[in-house]
Amino acid sequence: MPKLTVDGVELEVPQGATVLQAAELAGKEIPRFCYHERLSIAGNCRMCLVEVKPGPPKPQASCALPAAEGQEITTNSAMVKKAREGVMEFLLINHPLDCPICDQGGECDLQDQAMAYGRGGTRYEENKRAVTEKYMGPIVKTIMTRCIHCTRCVRFAEEVAGVEDIGAIGRGEGMQITSYLEGAVQSELSGNVVDLCPVGALTSKPYAFEARPWELKKTMGIDVMDAVGTNIRFDARGREVFRVLPRINDDVNEEWASDKTRYAVDGLLRRRLDKPYIRKSGKLVEASWDEAFKAIAKQAKTAGDKVAAIAGDLVDCETMFAARELLSKMGSSLLEGRQTGLAYDVTNVAAVNFNSGFNGIENADVILLIGSNVRWEAPLVNTRIRKAIKNGAKVFAIGPETDLTYKVEWLGDDAKILKRLPKKLSDALKDAERPAVIVGGGALAVEGVHGAALKLADKFNMVRDDWNGFNVLHFSAARMGGLMLGYAQSGGMADVVAAKPKLAFFLGADEVDFGQFEDCYKVFIGHHGDKGAHAADVILPAAAYPEKNGTYVNLEGRVQFSDKAVFAPGDAREDWSILRALSDVLGHTLPFDSFAQCRAAMVAAVPQLAEEGVVSFDWSPPKLSDKPEGTLAYPIKDFYLTNAIARASQTMQRCSAELLHADDMLEAAE
Amino acid sequence: MADTPNTPDEAEMRARWGGFAFTAVNAKQAKKVIARYPEGRQRSAVMPLLDLAQRQVGEETQTQGWLPVPVIEYVAEMLDMPFMRAYEVATFYTMYNLAPVGRYHVQVCGTTPCMLRGSDDVMAACKNKGMVKGKTTPDGMFTLTEVECMGNCATAPMFQINDDNYEDLTYDSASAILEALAKGEQPKPGSQIAGRQSSEPEGGPTVLKAMVDANHDYRKEY
Repeated sequence: MPKLTVDGVELEVPQGATVLQAAELAGKEIPRFCYHERLSIAGNCRMCLVEVKPGPPKPQASCALPAAEGQEITTNSAMVKKAREGVMEFLLINHPLDCPICDQGGECDLQDQAMAYGRGGTRYEENKRAVTEKYMGPIVKTIMTRCIHCTRCVRFAEEVAGVEDIGAIGRGEGMQITSYLEGAVQSELSGNVVDLCPVGALTSKPYAFEARPWELKKTMGIDVMDAVGTNIRFDARGREVFRVLPRINDDVNEEWASDKTRYAVDGLLRRRLDKPYIRKSGKLVEASWDEAFKAIAKQAKTAGDKVAAIAGDLVDCETMFAARELLSKMGSSLLEGRQTGLAYDVTNVAAVNFNSGFNGIENADVILLIGSNVRWEAPLVNTRIRKAIKNGAKVFAIGPETDLTYKVEWLGDDAKILKRLPKKLSDALKDAERPAVIVGGGALAVEGVHGAALKLADKFNMVRDDWNGFNVLHFSAARMGGLMLGYAQSGGMADVVAAKPKLAFFLGADEVDFGQFEDCYKVFIGHHGDKGAHAADVILPAAAYPEKNGTYVNLEGRVQFSDKAVFAPGDAREDWSILRALSDVLGHTLPFDSFAQCRAAMVAAVPQLAEEGVVSFDWSPPKLSDKPEGTLAYPIKDFYLTNAIARASQTMQRCSAELLHADDMLEAAE
Repeated sequence: MADTPNTPDEAEMRARWGGFAFTAVNAKQAKKVIARYPEGRQRSAVMPLLDLAQRQVGEETQTQGWLPVPVIEYVAEMLDMPFMRAYEVATFYTMYNLAPVGRYHVQVCGTTPCMLRGSDDVMAACKNKGMVKGKTTPDGMFTLTEVECMGNCATAPMFQINDDNYEDLTYDSASAILEALAKGEQPKPGSQIAGRQSSEPEGGPTVLKAMVDANHDYRKEY
């Protein structure tokens, strides 16, 4: 723990800290462009110059200088001021003065730091350098003349995204940042380079020229595109969410977000359900809320307790709770959330939880992936596994081979491998201090894999007091909350179908095989006109995730609250209030009149949902059949089009076409 | 304007060079080069291998050689490195050509010492032979490039043609060299002044004359 002084203030800093970090600990602001906490140190922008004694009598780049015992760091001397002004002047030589038409304006590091640390005017009278625009895919827009060569994007692509597609070509004044041969960056995390870019060189293509940052109302939310529960911020104006940005949460998403999280929001404006509909002689026709409720009440009378509720992937816990309460008043507990028919055992929630946690999986030293394409199912868990590998972990995988951005030892896609592990895997697991297994959604669909994985965890002592290496990776935001609220039948959807419900509520459920519900009166409570709405007999328009408060539980069992950013369009209402109003008409009035009361009732029923944070589930795995039989496959076929919002989003459609189906496009062009 | 490297059409490049592989001799040499670096650090061999590949392309096309994208990718694959990282190296160094060049790549130094000693005349000699800066002559013989200091300031002006330096040039000697090359002859590389071996003073020593034959103590003469 070196002791040093910063501007005369003595302090102690952690071993291995840099001078820049030491100055920050002392509360001094050090301007910087290339330095970023989560990337390697480059030291090429020179903006962070400070004076350090002992050392050469010249300013030093503080980001790349280790803090040492007895250093005297000066951040406010005349020399430092002059050095910063000089660096800023050089950076601005070739930087265009186009702030008024630049999307970064208002949240630009260069703009801010030029104001704070630059000279008042320019002395440069020559021509500025210009650079051609580069194509980087459907997400990232480039105006490369603005680039100051900080190489943050290059380092992000290499270190975090694991896609070495971005680089700096040429040298000196001719140096340019570009993707390889100007192809699209093949990463589902490419949007993060927009946030990382300290200037307006890389900006967001879908959000180009839409709004200024200061016009937007910021609301703290939780993402529902996957089960990671990315902490996000909705930037909205009027009733439109213009963009989604990640919030920093080291336990969940660090400061990243996947492209789907960021850019699916334009889907909130399209294919929306903004009026109730009733199916009359085969056609859906517009109706009033009253008519819709009456139609449901008529069916409810004949249905009696033959009622079911199916939760979709994007719904919040309050919605599921309100539906559960309504059903229990009607005398039914036919709840199910696993729309596609999965029927894994849920008697112990810990056995279907991501027990290691996101931070924990970084410390694993041997990881076995079973039927999980982590890169698509949870891109931000994939970055954690990359970190584990950087720390020396080995990764084995059972499933069809795919590019996970890191080195994986593939063992084939036959589930039987779990019964007779190859020697290299069993040796590795035996020697590992913190072995972990990650069971993906594709694996849960195969009979016996869950049981075999649990047995593996037992055999290699993966579950101990200080370490739980058994993980199940869900990819639907509502899954963990649904399981805690009892949205699971022991036989899955098959049980629901077998019970032959006369009336079923589909809470934003679009992935169900609706053919199974031919004789059932289908009420769709959701926000997008997707598969669920097409099959419905009554549509009740509800709110999407930025349009309602809600509680979500992510795949590691972390309870998080999301706030309402905008109002739902047209006649659409928040889901809980729809169910509350409907309960009146059905004669089973629910005992809450506000969202707060609804949440309070939910917390009373499931106390674990009361507070934000990781819920600890007791580990008591069930005894399951452990004779795996079959071939593993990945359920996600198209990363960009996994839910109704994403399918309605033009940006996601474009991503899917340009990144995943580029070959088809070329063929069509020929 | 800083533009992307002026490379030929990608589809054409891939059609022509997609099947590139080292010849048996070069493959052996490549193995030797890679073995110079410790296990896990094979990427360090990227520069010698790119050079080797460029020379092989040169042999195949009877030019100085260049690096088509598929060839860069071939080298990158050999060293298990991402294409982008090899491409960065190839674009950084001017001695890797990213577009085809002629039989002889004439690189005229135009930095201050050479300019003061008459590089304008050398450039004029090249231009009189029909060369245009940055272009290849229609017969495919010469490509003219103006470069920065080649480190021959003591024997300025100079140009480098493929692997040879020609120094102490004048308009006439430069023209003569280009004519000889055009005829298929091999002119003498190095200084073009008769009797000058390397960068020693022209016409014998001008200082420390007493030390030419034997050691001499100059300290008494200060």
